[in-house]
Amino acid sequence: MNAEVLIDSIISGLLLGLVYGLAAIGLNLIWGVMKVINLSHGAFIALGMFSIWILYTSFGIFPYIGIIMILGLGLVLGIITYFGALHRVIDAPELSTLLATFSVSLIIIGFGTFIFKTNPKALDFSLGGIEAGSIVILGTKVATGVISIIFTVLLYAFLYKTRPGKAIRAVSMNRTAAELMGINSSLILALSFGIGIALAMVAGALIATIFPFTILSGGGYELKSFVICVLGGLGSPIGALVGGITLGLIESVVTLGIQTSFVPVLEFALLVAILVLKPSGLLGGK
Amino acid sequence: MKKILVVLLLLSVLLVGCAQQTVQPSATSTPTTQTTPSATSTPSTSAAEKILIGFSESKTGKFNAESKEQTNGFLLWMENVNAEGGIYVKDLGKKVKVSYTSYDDESSGERVQQIYAKLISEDKADFLISPYSSGLTASAAIIAEQYGKVMVATGAASDSIFNKGYQHVFQLYTPSSRYLTSAVDLLQTKFPDAKKVAIVYENSKFAKSVAQATKSYAEEKGLEVVLYEAYEPGTTDFTSFINKIQAANPDAIIGGGHFADGETFAKQIFEKKVKIKLLSLLVAPAVPEFAEIGDAALYVTGPSQWEPQAKYTKEAAQKMGVEFFGPTVEEFVKEYKAKYGYEPGYHAAGGYAAGLILQKAIEDAGTLDSEKVREALENMKVMTFFGYLEFEKGEYYGRQIGHDMVVIQWQESDGQLKKEVVWPETGASSQVIAYDEKY
Repeated sequence: MNAEVLIDSIISGLLLGLVYGLAAIGLNLIWGVMKVINLSHGAFIALGMFSIWILYTSFGIFPYIGIIMILGLGLVLGIITYFGALHRVIDAPELSTLLATFSVSLIIIGFGTFIFKTNPKALDFSLGGIEAGSIVILGTKVATGVISIIFTVLLYAFLYKTRPGKAIRAVSMNRTAAELMGINSSLILALSFGIGIALAMVAGALIATIFPFTILSGGGYELKSFVICVLGGLGSPIGALVGGITLGLIESVVTLGIQTSFVPVLEFALLVAILVLKPSGLLGGK
Repeated sequence: MKKILVVLLLLSVLLVGCAQQTVQPSATSTPTTQTTPSATSTPSTSAAEKILIGFSESKTGKFNAESKEQTNGFLLWMENVNAEGGIYVKDLGKKVKVSYTSYDDESSGERVQQIYAKLISEDKADFLISPYSSGLTASAAIIAEQYGKVMVATGAASDSIFNKGYQHVFQLYTPSSRYLTSAVDLLQTKFPDAKKVAIVYENSKFAKSVAQATKSYAEEKGLEVVLYEAYEPGTTDFTSFINKIQAANPDAIIGGGHFADGETFAKQIFEKKVKIKLLSLLVAPAVPEFAEIGDAALYVTGPSQWEPQAKYTKEAAQKMGVEFFGPTVEEFVKEYKAKYGYEPGYHAAGGYAAGLILQKAIEDAGTLDSEKVREALENMKVMTFFGYLEFEKGEYYGRQIGHDMVVIQWQESDGQLKKEVVWPETGASSQVIAYDEKY
């Protein structure tokens, strides 16, 4: 094995890990604020993939501009989903919200299968690549990584510097206390769910610029997101990013030495190990 | 309450029983017989009147499209042979016309067995042609063998049909064990410096068996298999495989599985500018839609059972010292286009070849006797528009050993991507171009 291949693998692992991280942040936020395990996460990732595909192929909108539109769309869809499926069961035991989000997932995938079938689609566009010796880094992967970082930073700024962001954090810390301070917790929960869904859809759209996808593709990324959340620590956006990068590196660097089919074994073994040794995650508090 | 339940239960049991009873007879009688006008009513036993060929086709179910092509090819052959008065049978001293009976097998193996039993015992078919696909053919082969009827297997590439000791089933397609061995031959002949091969294949039954056979063939030929690994069906991210390929630095990548994964794999190999001489993938490159990935498709090769560009000519037959039988490739393509309005693929060619090979065997045997025809097939060595055909006599009795996969390559002419046949050399329409010429 030569150094160039190793460098190449590390870079592509990092870039891929960033977008995994972004997807996981959506899941993380929803869990952190609402204590809801969002099983429709994967379905919304797939919806993001198809949104960008429609925007690009039917309307000719440049994918990275489309992503901003998808962010808005995700926010709206998330808020609608919250009031439609979650609002009434938000105080019920966790199983109810779990089932509610699972139902939403089934509905999306059902409609998606009906409309798009399950044949693979791909965005036929390219940003070329950066070449150095035998190393080729795809432009789309670089863009995806950079955009993922931007969105993470924006989310941080939103949560720590703005009033609604602070309100979200307040609700996440103690809902009753936040309500006593005059925060409309229903609106805040809806907003959090909306942001979580928007991030999932944006991540899906970014993944779609690199890989082909079907309406069923979200499932795999949802599983990765769960692993990342546990890895990085629930409730910590930076943790999710670190978890994502860890996973990305495992997938592209460690596989140089082992069979690729062992990767899931490794990933889930890691998941179990973290749960046993440091349940709060690598960067989780306490 | 309990009583009512018991009564209901009994009733439902009865109903189910009745339903099964009524289903049973209808299942054997519903299939509609389709014969030529000459054979509408009498499934006659008199072989002198006509030769009856029986088969099942998948008019419904997942094999619908391929099976239809296969039947189309067969029907064109029948039309041609009847236009010339039929097949000459020496024993009878005259030409005998051909007719056929077929039923819809719904792409299901269970139906196939009922149908072939009926074709033989009720319809008195003289000869059989297989359904489409390896799975269905494996089911039909059992019945053909039980009744001692000759069955020409087309649209079935599996090797495992032929290690069951059957003596009456003859395969036209190149078996899956040799699907990608042509690619190895091509690599060694055209790029003699090539030493290292990476085999990356889909973790499915078919691709796996092809990959295993290719690996042992390549090693036997003195190549080093530097990477041998499977990817899961539905894989969209080949990054880790491509990284490994680059680390192993092979001269050729061979493998693939189905259309979607093959297309994605080819695209990502191109994007990462992997420098190899040959990229040969199962299934995907042979499909016309493969061209949609544009430059990434250029110089990708893949195996195909047959292509309209293949040049199996009388001269090629002469060179090999065997007889050329039936229409030329051009004639077949032209006639098929005239009858159906589009260019035939290998499924259609296989259907035509099935009829043709039976015709040749009957003419060679000079009789309609199954055993004599079987012997004729056993000893047959013939070149046709479909390629060279010869059947194994050993352990895998009836397996195809003559026919080679053609290897197609996507090349550019006038700015358009076009499939060219680059292997075998006897049937090539163009010279192979190294994959890394495209960068």
